Amino acid sequence: MDAKNVIICRCSDVTLEDLFELFEQGYTTFEELKRIKRVGMGPCQANTCGKMVQWEIAKYFNKPLEEVPFHNMRPFTMGVKLKAIKEAAEDEE
Amino acid sequence: MKNKPFPKNAEVVIIGAGISGCSIAYNLAKQGQKNIIVLEREYITSGATGRCGAGVRQQWATKANCILAKKSVEFFENAQEILDYDGDIEFKQEGYLVIASNQTEAAQFEKNVKLQNSLGIPSRVLTKEEALEIVPHLNVDVVHSATFCKTDGHLNPFTMTDAYYKAAKRLGVEFYTYTTVTGIERDETKVTAVHTDKGTVKTAVVVNAAGGWAKEVGSMVDVEIPVYSENHEILVTEPVEKMQGPMVISFSQNIYCQQTPHGAFIMGRGDKNMPKGHDVSSSWKFLDEMSKTVTRLLPPIGELRVIRQWGGLYNMSPDHQPIIGGTKQLKGFYMACGFSGHGFMLAPMTGLLLSELILGKEPTLPMEDMALERFDGKEIRELETSVV
Repeated sequence: MDAKNVIICRCSDVTLEDLFELFEQGYTTFEELKRIKRVGMGPCQANTCGKMVQWEIAKYFNKPLEEVPFHNMRPFTMGVKLKAIKEAAEDEE
Repeated sequence: MKNKPFPKNAEVVIIGAGISGCSIAYNLAKQGQKNIIVLEREYITSGATGRCGAGVRQQWATKANCILAKKSVEFFENAQEILDYDGDIEFKQEGYLVIASNQTEAAQFEKNVKLQNSLGIPSRVLTKEEALEIVPHLNVDVVHSATFCKTDGHLNPFTMTDAYYKAAKRLGVEFYTYTTVTGIERDETKVTAVHTDKGTVKTAVVVNAAGGWAKEVGSMVDVEIPVYSENHEILVTEPVEKMQGPMVISFSQNIYCQQTPHGAFIMGRGDKNMPKGHDVSSSWKFLDEMSKTVTRLLPPIGELRVIRQWGGLYNMSPDHQPIIGGTKQLKGFYMACGFSGHGFMLAPMTGLLLSELILGKEPTLPMEDMALERFDGKEIRELETSVV
């Protein structure tokens, strides 16, 4: 399949072709790709694309998968409304 | 993955590839300096730059910060073209609305605006009704008045740094990422070499642009830099349609909050009980306080979903103004640190001034107010109070 038609990150609309271009430019880790193209920064927080990006890095640079670092996990795992956090905080007071 | 051989000699070694290090490298190379290398422990923008709030403002309380910020904004306005960048730096000039919560704060802000205007910064004092016209979802019950500068705004820290990085690379600067500085060698008067986990490079010029780790880099050559680091937390929401033009910021309510061009809201606040150190972890306490603060000042934002939170280091100096320059203590050792949370937005001037100093040129601005020596047993002359 044509790399430009393969969507890797659905939240930020990043294709496989975008990743190849970044690899060519010298960005070789998930953390670098994320900061240039917002891959993994959307509502799913890389829960969809994280593994796929890891695979593509491994394939492109001919590295064993276990040598490609997985992306840095940060809270949250799912979106939560600010108002809900505020109400929960006030309930505890 | 990057198996470039590590060099044995360099004319300039810059430690840190955040925006300051990249801007310094670019400015040096542009003025003809050869054989520059930049060392970075992780990747470009992995430290404070990539964790910052992406704001650019000129509404400061001290003259030095005002001038540095104004001249930096002038650069940002043309940065895309000057650096011939193929991405988008996402510079959006829709202003900063600075909220005064009470009469005392309003009086200070009136003084600040006078200073800013005298330096050519187009800020002005607004009534709360005028503020409401600019940000219609503002809760005026917790607003006394405001100030506004329409040329302040948003800038993408990743792509702005990438623009400097790529321009510097085209001019011949070599970047070594995932490379840790383990020591710096000096003799009695000058620096001589930098040790890393990839090898040792001999050099006569070392630039400390290590952000949150600037003090530790200084201590490698026995130069005491009176700065410390502390964690400041931030969160980001899901992207939504445009609903807020300017950054809204309040020092007394302890919040800054803006919508990026991409649609997400970024907001942060400080914690005066935060211990000094290098911790950048995320806390539930920040979430609790942030959600209360933002829903009080900007109620409709409460409907948005938080998708991520993180922390980053402010490198605090005693007067909350940067330290940019060399030191009489050691020839060839230069530093750009102590930005106190504002290194990103001042980087164009940081790079220009420090490169001029290193190349022995007359600096564009007098640099006494930025010198390390200003703290030598002296009282603080001018404290920057406009810091979240």
